Formats: sequence, C-alpha cells, structure tokens
Amino acid sequence: MESITQKKLMEKFPDSILKSIEFRGELTLLIKKENLIEVCEFLKSDPELEYNFLSDVCGVDFPERDKRFEVVYNLYSISNCFRIRLKIRVGEVESVPSVTPLWSGANWMEREVYDMLGIRFDNHPDLRRILLPDDWVGHPLRKDFPLTKEEVTFSHNKNRKPKVIE
Amino acid sequence: MQVELLKRGLPQGVEPVSEETMVVNIGPQHPATHGVLRVVLELDGETVIKAIPVVGYLHTGIEKTMESKTYSQVIPLTDRMDYVANLSNNLGYCLAVEKLSDIEVPPKAQFVRVLLTELTRIASHLIWIGTHPHDIGVATIFLYAFRERETLLDLFELVSGQRMMTSYFRIGGLAKDIPEGFNSMVENVLKTFPQRIDDYESLLTRNRIWLMRTKGVGIISKEDAIDYCLSGPMSRGSGLKWDLRKSNPYSSYDKFEFDIPTGENGDVFDRYMVRVKEMRQSLRIVKQAFEGMPEGDFVARVPGVTLPPKEEVFESMEALIFHFKTIVDGFSPPKGEVYHSIESPKGEIGFYIVSDGTNKPYRVKVRPPSFVNLSALNRLVSGRLLADVIATIGSIDFVLGEIDR
Repeated sequence: MESITQKKLMEKFPDSILKSIEFRGELTLLIKKENLIEVCEFLKSDPELEYNFLSDVCGVDFPERDKRFEVVYNLYSISNCFRIRLKIRVGEVESVPSVTPLWSGANWMEREVYDMLGIRFDNHPDLRRILLPDDWVGHPLRKDFPLTKEEVTFSHNKNRKPKVIE
Repeated sequence: MQVELLKRGLPQGVEPVSEETMVVNIGPQHPATHGVLRVVLELDGETVIKAIPVVGYLHTGIEKTMESKTYSQVIPLTDRMDYVANLSNNLGYCLAVEKLSDIEVPPKAQFVRVLLTELTRIASHLIWIGTHPHDIGVATIFLYAFRERETLLDLFELVSGQRMMTSYFRIGGLAKDIPEGFNSMVENVLKTFPQRIDDYESLLTRNRIWLMRTKGVGIISKEDAIDYCLSGPMSRGSGLKWDLRKSNPYSSYDKFEFDIPTGENGDVFDRYMVRVKEMRQSLRIVKQAFEGMPEGDFVARVPGVTLPPKEEVFESMEALIFHFKTIVDGFSPPKGEVYHSIESPKGEIGFYIVSDGTNKPYRVKVRPPSFVNLSALNRLVSGRLLADVIATIGSIDFVLGEIDR
C-alpha cells in the first residue's frame, strides 16, 4: 500500500510533497500547506486508495524552527486497512485550511488544536476553545508554556494563597 | 432584548438559531450526563434544534504532563483517562512505545494482554448496560451489571493490586507474572458470564419500555458515521463492519476466532445489541486465550528498557545497578514518530508519540474515541424530542475523563 499511495500522490501532486518518511512501517508525508485540501480530497475520493477515515488531527510545537508548528493528520483507509500520516508546517501567525468540509468529525479535533496550540483554522464553522475556559490566557501545549503546580494546602498554610511552583 | 436574554444561556460565541426558541441547560452536574458533561439545548417546544456539548470540566493537562515524564512513568497517566477501561489504555500506549523502540513482546504476555483487555471490554460494557437503561426507565439491571463487574474488578485487583488504576501492562510485557488463583477466577468468569448476559437480555431485549425508548432514536447512517469519524460500537451499530482487532491485528489478535457484530439501523437499540454481542464475542476470545495460553516469560528481556528479574536484583550487583538505572533514567527510543491505535471498548483509541531521542516523549497525542464520538451529538439529536437526548447521550458511551484528559 505504501508504494501505491506514494506513486499515485507523486504523479498527481509532484510539487506539493516535500518529504516522505517511512518509519516502523508507517508512511509520513510532509506536504505544502496550500495543497492540503486537494491532497486530502484526492486521498479520500480515489477509489483505489480510499483514505476515507480521519483518525486524528493534532499539532506539535517545535519552537526552534522557523515555522514552529506541525499539524499532523492521521488518515485511515477502512477498505485497505492502511494508515497514512500527512504533515504540514505552519508559522506562528499563519492559519491552516480547515478539513471540516471533508470530514465533519474534524470540527472538534481542530478546535482542540486551536485550544492547545493556538493554530487558527480558516473556514472552520465554530472555532472556539473546547477544553479550557473561554477566558484562559495562553495555549498550554506550546513548549514555552511552563508546567506548573500549586503548593498543597495544609492547616499551616491555609490562610495564604497557594504558591505556584515551576 | 429577547436575543440578549437567549445569549445569556448559550456558551460564549454561540449565536441562537432564532428568537422564538428556548435554551435549556443540562449539567454539568446531572446524573444522566454520565460525568461532568454540560449540554446546552436550543428547543422549539419539545423539539431539539441544536445541541451544544460543553466539555473540559475534567481537563487535567494529561498530555502536557506526559511530556515531563519518562516513557514508563506515562503508563499510570493513561489509566486516568478512560477510567472504566484502564487496561485498554495501558495496552494502546505500551504498544505505541513498543513500536517506537521496536520491542518484541513474548507470546505469553501477548495472550495475557488479550485476555485482560477483553475482560476490560466486558467490564466497560457492563457499566454501560447498568447505567444507560437506568437513565431511561429500566432500573433493575443496574445492580446485576455492577455485581458482575465486581468479579472482574476482583480479578484486576488480583493481577495488579488495584481495582481500577491497574497499570499492569508495562513496556515490553507485564508488570509481573499472573498470580496464583488467576486461573480459577477466569474459569469462574467463563462459567457464569454467558448465563448472566442471557439474564440482561431477558431484562431488556424484549422489554417494551426499553424498545420504545431506543428503537428509531439517535439514528446515524453508515456514511455519516464515517464523516463524523465515529468508531467502535457507534459505527458498528450503523452497519460498518470495521474492527481494528480484525483489520489491523495487534498483540496476536489474528490467532483468535471471533465475529464482528454489526447493526442495521444505527439507532440506540442497535448499539445496545452490538455491545451485548460484543460481550459474548469477548468471552469467546477470553476462552481461547485462556486455553491456549503459551508458556514462557511474561516480559521481554531488553536490557535498559525492561527491569531485570526481581530475584536477580537481590543477588547480583549488575542487576541491581540496571534496575536502579532503568527506574531513574528510563530509556531513550530512537528519534521518530509513531501512531498506534487499538480497539478500546469505546472505539479507536490511538497514541501518536513523537520522540526526540531523549528519555521523555516530546509529544504524546491521544486520539480519544469518546471525544470524537461525542462530537456527533448535535447530528444525532437535532430534530428529535428532548427525552431522546438522554437516551442518545447514554448510547454514545463516553467517559469524561477521556474526553477532557
């Protein structure tokens, strides 16, 4: 399945595939952001490939890179029982085309990416925070967001505000 | 003015559909939402126009915490996501890390993993079959289901020392060998459970109240199920014959014989039938795994990754050093990324792990089946009656701990 998928995509989108990686039997393709929707649409509708199931959308933060975010799409083909992973690179102020027109289930997944990393999605029907409160400041899964904890309250310190430990 | 009032009941950023509608808020503290789920409903009379689930009340930043733990320390965190199917979460995470670091798990450990995750599936479905009918007017079954679940929890306690937060599966195999008394308990389960499942069916399958509340309610078609990325009994209830245990076998599931039950109409009743049939299939798998249990080691012996045998630690200096180093430093898988998913009782639970070559994962993303399944709620209930919302919420079978993480 890897070779067919790769061959077909190379033929159809010769310029938009930047890199293809195979690791532990999984195929990962780094593609151009502009072509995301077309590639997804092709993968979904091609009768031989039929990657019609979107398993997951997630974001990863690499603060040292020029384009600091990666948005990762895990696609699955129910008829071929095969997975493929698409990745795009996004800068901090850029936005990503939403795949909700292709999969309605992407709605919440993209909201979570927005909530956790602050990546904005174009054409998303309802881009609001999902897990964190509306008035939360910051995006916790960014690497520069500190992991903190509050001091445990006992009887000796119950009268002061809990200290935040980094 | 009217619109202003309406907005007050709706979550921030959500516009009301029209001025004539009423906004009803269910939860977050409500017995029928199975946890701290809040659903804001826009109603026209008794007809639901829009349902907006509001989640996140249980958010504890599990994914962020995972980035600061070594690979082995993450396992207890996975317990706390889907807290009624802990062993399935453990298995999904361990398999992902094993894939990342290319570890072969011995056959005995694989069989024990299959046996216990199938028992977990039964335990999770038992919670569902106890609470969901309870919501919609069939109260009797609750105590029966919880009584049987208790036998399974006793079994989990026997193997892992914990009833719920088991963390029994470790990277490379199991935490320890199956203890004495395990066999007789599994035999007991295999002997009694088929009869028990018949009992549940006799309480529900032809029960008139149950049929009236579930038939033709919360319908979703096969195409829509794929569109909404639904998995597990949610998509199988709509007739999609897809089960990761068959399509992408892991942990030697290809050695077992079982069927994938599917529904036809994709309503609440079909999902119920799928889950009941799944329990029977799980018992079939448990029986095969129990009878065909291979001999051998319970954990792969990979120096630096898995702990040396406990007996050696007491006698050999090297083993003691290895034990100490493995616990304190953990291990460092190669640079790379993997996604591994398994069929949990709720659906496809996947772990996407990015490794930067250090002893802590750079990023762990969980694909929570409950989260994705719940996102279809609006599609399932809009245009239906208010009372059907409760029946539909129950039939999705989600756990808020997994949704909010």
